[in-house]
Amino acid sequence: MLAIKLAWRNLIGARLRTFLNVFVLSLAFVVIIWFKGVLNGWNDQARRDTIAWQIGGGQYWQENYDPYDPFTIDDSHAPLPEPAQEAVRKGLLTPLLISQGNIYPHGRIQSITLRGVDPHQTIIELPTHYLKSEDGEIPAIIGKRAADNGKLNVGDYVIIRWRDVNGTFDADEVKIVHIFKTDVQAMDAGIVWIPLERHREMVRMPNEATILITAPESGFIGEIPGWEFKNHDFLMSEIQEMIKTKSIAGYLYFIILMSLAMLAIFDTQVLSIFRRQKEIGTHIALGMTQRQVIALFTVEGAMHAVLAAILAALYGFPLLALQAKVGWSMPAGTDDFGLTLAETIYPKYSLGLVVGTTLIVLITTTIVSYLPARRIAKMEPTEAIRGKIQ
Amino acid sequence: MKSAPFYIIFCISILVQAQPPSGDEILKKIDQNQVYDQAISTATMIVHSRTGDRMIRSKAWSKGNDKAFVEYLSPPREKGKKMLKVGDDLWIYTPEPNDRIITISGHLLKQSVMGSDMSYEDLMESDELRANYDAKVLSREMYNERDCWVLELTATNSDVAYHSRKIWVDAERWLSLKEERFARSGRLLKKTEILEVFQQDGRWLPRRITFKDMLSRGGGTEYILESIDFNVDIPDYQFTKAALRK
Repeated sequence: MLAIKLAWRNLIGARLRTFLNVFVLSLAFVVIIWFKGVLNGWNDQARRDTIAWQIGGGQYWQENYDPYDPFTIDDSHAPLPEPAQEAVRKGLLTPLLISQGNIYPHGRIQSITLRGVDPHQTIIELPTHYLKSEDGEIPAIIGKRAADNGKLNVGDYVIIRWRDVNGTFDADEVKIVHIFKTDVQAMDAGIVWIPLERHREMVRMPNEATILITAPESGFIGEIPGWEFKNHDFLMSEIQEMIKTKSIAGYLYFIILMSLAMLAIFDTQVLSIFRRQKEIGTHIALGMTQRQVIALFTVEGAMHAVLAAILAALYGFPLLALQAKVGWSMPAGTDDFGLTLAETIYPKYSLGLVVGTTLIVLITTTIVSYLPARRIAKMEPTEAIRGKIQ
Repeated sequence: MKSAPFYIIFCISILVQAQPPSGDEILKKIDQNQVYDQAISTATMIVHSRTGDRMIRSKAWSKGNDKAFVEYLSPPREKGKKMLKVGDDLWIYTPEPNDRIITISGHLLKQSVMGSDMSYEDLMESDELRANYDAKVLSREMYNERDCWVLELTATNSDVAYHSRKIWVDAERWLSLKEERFARSGRLLKKTEILEVFQQDGRWLPRRITFKDMLSRGGGTEYILESIDFNVDIPDYQFTKAALRK
């Protein structure tokens, strides 16, 4: 208790030097909590949106399907086996059929992926109900990115060209019945969504599919011969990798800020021990052991972290709370990176994050404060009390 | 009495002559006009696009219907690129930046050749009309002041790129002066027209051809055959992958 009292007095006495140390340290606190909060928010949002829009409870891929190899798409289709058909009837699966094609918006040729989806499905959030059409036209829904890219609007008719299962060209007009907005780019860019049965007729692949999406609540429903189940970890590995990379970058910022703060605290400690030798000698002369004096100086240094935590809470809490409320808007164009990325990320802070960061800063500060204080153990008390430089 | 059989034979011969040739016969005649042992030619391809025209000059060595070797001569960006077709296989060699040979197969066959309106697949399937299509003579009409047979070709194989075609065949020179390629839905996809012809070594050849993707708003692709020499002896080495890097 005496050590804390003395440390507090000394810190208050140092005024500006203490304030600067504490301020820099508090910045490290706030920045790392904010950055980790943004990453947590992104992760949560990406995970939620990807599950809701794209992967449901996981996907079954036709065994030849490899989304990174366009050569496989022509061969990545197969009839639905009976167990899969049964699961579709029960609403546990929804099939997607994927084929390649071209679209000619305003006479410009663009490569697209045609995706057939059941208009009645409710497993993913894709607004497929717009595809219910009985007027003979081919209704199509596209994402905002695809619409912007092709300068297409709702009600536009546009020609698409595709090949059937044997490679024979076919072409027809589709009507854009809806343009949706999603954070999941994999459901948007370069994709034209049409009714599944119509797509099957167009490409002459009756009852076939490329991907089977499971309902979020059911997930894996058992082995389906010729189809491979891909779980959330596999399907979201890209996002996880990206977030991991960003986390490493975040730690680098944290290390730089912490290094600055620690350097300041280390210097302060060295200077204190150098300038306060008489005080150290007096403490020892009055009966304190050298270990107690080391503890006093260590507590003094570590108290920077406590003050920094209080300061960070004072200005950081409202700042971070405001940020969590209004979110962090991503710069224009970042949603074209190919990953699930919302226009605005809402940081998510957890108690574990705050406590963890506080502990790391406190422990690091304590260690950095202790290191120069060890010199005290080597001091001769009589020399110290005379203020002789050792 | 002696003149009666003669009269009958005369009438039959007139009738036979007046009967139009079948679609298959016309396709056969086109093939006969097109088939040659070997040839070396130079040509210029002009790709008309919204951003301007691009001219690509090339030299081609060909043997029969299944072997061809093309070297691009200009512009500098394309110079040195080569293409080899042997049977159903197609390779492309790019010297810059990394000196590599790419096998064109599967999805790549659908890609455009040098940004033109032709796909690699279009280049590959040119000689198989009789094998894959059932030809029906629709009419005889004038096209570009030439007397033409109009044929409708309907695919007999399910794995051809175009479900049907319509061709205008010069009834005297046996050249397909115009061709329209249709999707299964009946939508016109591509159009080819021969705008100029010339005669060499007893056969009629196209001098200037245009290709147009009818779904796109682009200006199409023009192909000008500058010269062709049939009296050549091309070594087999020319049609090997090793020749691509030579």
